Amino acid sequence: MHIDRYERLFIYAAVALLVVFMGALAVSSFAFGIRVPTAYEKVDPRTVATPPSPWGLPAEERLRELSPGNYEVYLLGQMWQFSPNTITVPAGSRVTFYVTSKDVQHGFKIAGTNINIMALPGEVGVLTATFDTPGTYNFYCHEYCGALHHTMYGQIVVEE
Amino acid sequence: MTKRKAQPAATTPAILPPEHFKREDRLTAWFITIAMIALFIGGALGPLQKLEHVGINLYPALAKIGIGSVRIQSYYQGLTAHGVLNALVWTTFFIVGFFTYAIPRSLGRPLKQPRINLLALVLMIVGLVMAAIPILTNLASVLYTFYPPMKASVFFYLGLVLVVVGSWVAGLGYYVTYWQWRKDNPGQKTPFIALAAIITMVMWQIATLGIAIEILVLIIPWVLGWTEGTDPQLARTFFWFTGHPLVYFWLLPAYVSWYAMLPKQAGGKMFSEQLARLVFWLFLVLSIPVGLHHQFVDPGVPAGWKAIHAVITYSLFLPSMATAFTVVASLELGARARGGKGLLGWIRHLPWGNPSYTAQNLAMILFVFGGIGGLTNASYNLNLAIHNTAWVPGHFHLTVGSAATLTFFGIAYWLVPALTNKPLASRRAALAQAWTWFVGMLLMSNGLHILGLNFGVPRRTSLGSAPYLDPAWNPLQIEAAVGGIILGISGLLFFGNMLATALSRKRAEVREEMPVAEPLHPEYQTPAWLDNWRPWIVATILLILIAYGPVLVSMIANINLTSPGVQIR
Ligand code: HEM
Ligand SMILES: [Cu+2]
Ligand SMILES: [Cu+2]
Repeated sequence: MHIDRYERLFIYAAVALLVVFMGALAVSSFAFGIRVPTAYEKVDPRTVATPPSPWGLPAEERLRELSPGNYEVYLLGQMWQFSPNTITVPAGSRVTFYVTSKDVQHGFKIAGTNINIMALPGEVGVLTATFDTPGTYNFYCHEYCGALHHTMYGQIVVEE
Repeated sequence: MTKRKAQPAATTPAILPPEHFKREDRLTAWFITIAMIALFIGGALGPLQKLEHVGINLYPALAKIGIGSVRIQSYYQGLTAHGVLNALVWTTFFIVGFFTYAIPRSLGRPLKQPRINLLALVLMIVGLVMAAIPILTNLASVLYTFYPPMKASVFFYLGLVLVVVGSWVAGLGYYVTYWQWRKDNPGQKTPFIALAAIITMVMWQIATLGIAIEILVLIIPWVLGWTEGTDPQLARTFFWFTGHPLVYFWLLPAYVSWYAMLPKQAGGKMFSEQLARLVFWLFLVLSIPVGLHHQFVDPGVPAGWKAIHAVITYSLFLPSMATAFTVVASLELGARARGGKGLLGWIRHLPWGNPSYTAQNLAMILFVFGGIGGLTNASYNLNLAIHNTAWVPGHFHLTVGSAATLTFFGIAYWLVPALTNKPLASRRAALAQAWTWFVGMLLMSNGLHILGLNFGVPRRTSLGSAPYLDPAWNPLQIEAAVGGIILGISGLLFFGNMLATALSRKRAEVREEMPVAEPLHPEYQTPAWLDNWRPWIVATILLILIAYGPVLVSMIANINLTSPGVQIR
């Protein structure tokens, strides 16, 4: 098969570019630990919001400090709210989010961070982030979930 | 397997005159007319979305227009219609119409069984009507992705299935014609346009198995109440099995035109015909086993499989880069033949006065940005930054909304005159249309990209009514809204021109014909493996089994039919 010399060089350059990109992705996920969610566990959306499920606890008890500066939060999406919808932690905290839904699909993204998870009924999405800079971070439902989807949001308050 | 050596045709035969293709042309006219009506309705809703975002909510007014319960009552009902009519109906009907025109001409013979393609048309129309009624009566406001467990009217799903099945039947009509051509022309290599178009249809046929399984196995039994629940994660996985190759189904017909028609319109030749064939085969093999790149942030899919799909997606970048080189080189040949000189000076000698050409060249430029954004989306953990934000509609309006749509406009500028034997009503309006689409899209897409990336603004959201709407977004919101309005005007220019052309009483002085570019080097022998289906089909199936087999088997083994779902109104 005949391929023009310049065209061949152009394709080699594209391959080289991709190899560099792949290297960058490997570094960012292994060295910097920027992970995507992975299969975790299945839950039953019909009972996920009732005790003893951790998403069945009152919203205030869903944020737990495991060790100093190390938190976990069980976040439930439902039409059309997050619970808890305000999460307050001190600056420097490491927070692991366990996200699910009890009705339809929702999305969970915290603006300005690498936290982005689909909240699917039946599944648990898990990601961890460290909040160093004090301030208020909005999180939005980013998957259409019915008539009032645009009202579904919450806030993370990082205190000094 | 018989060994054949494909030989170049001695001379490229001129296209048979139009009286041989009367049936094909009638079918094409039906398909593209329906496509344009769909885009007219679906497209009109686009500017309304952008206006809502900046606080001009026209939906209450829109809800007053309508007959009985047929009316658009809300942002999300409108967005469902926008997505379905533009991304599914306009594209599929236009593509099938275009191929019904181009494949027989490329093979130099009419369809062997035109009734098969007539059946395809009927199935697709019935499916369209069946899906459109629940959408327009607000019984299927689930957006074009219809993610379970949101529940729509069962007719919505059945209608979509019929449209897809209709497109399969259209493919069958092409295959039997091609089969007969192979029998009658042993040892001849398949003409490029026919080969590329048929590869596209085969890819589509394999790819749509995902959505067919999703709807027929996971959705319809559940919507009808035969099963108590469904599995949203598994449904998403089947959806995106089809969803990614869907974007190549939109794009490859544009590539057919860029590779094999546009150089002729520019007075050039196909720079690297053999590589172009290889590119289409690679798209067949690589388009499907990459769907998990739409599910990087899904909770129920193992990260390792997401990474594998990310790598295969990267390899899909290569045939697109080869396309960029070949197409630009082919156009440069044309510009130089027209007197163009210098390193870049030749660009001025491209036929910028020809709206069909200009629309497609501008579509290519927008696609460069779309491609860069696409590479970002596909980049595994980088996807966390933009998934489901306004960045994403910013991206795909450059691809399906420009690379495909603006190219189809460009094709329509010769195809509609060819079908009607009338001159295009206004070349100047058509040129203005192409440029306004270009400018409007740059503005809208730039605004949407930055809103998503910098502010995490969610997509699929009536932002104007959101409690978290932030004044800091205003400059970008306004930029995008101005872009949206310019796009709306551009759309009106297109439809006005098409209507005026169809209704005019003028006859064309010379009937438009399908432009077919000749290869620059007809003397190069096409290797037989570039005209042999078997290895490529085998590779396609193998790669799907490797990339999807284990992950799908384990998801099916742990199927979780526990989501009862919610009927959406
Ligand atoms: C008149 C020009 C157009 C304008 C102003 C426009 C505007 C928009 C906007 C602002 C959105 C985002 C809505 C949201 O996320 O809430 C959107 C979504 C979308 N548009 Fe367009 N659009 C136009 C033309 C097109 C065309 C030609 C196509 C495809 C052929 C297209 C396909 C889509 C799709 C598939 C969606 C996603 C729907 C969803 O998220 O469910 N649009 N459009
Ligand atoms: Cu939502
Ligand atoms: Cu994709």
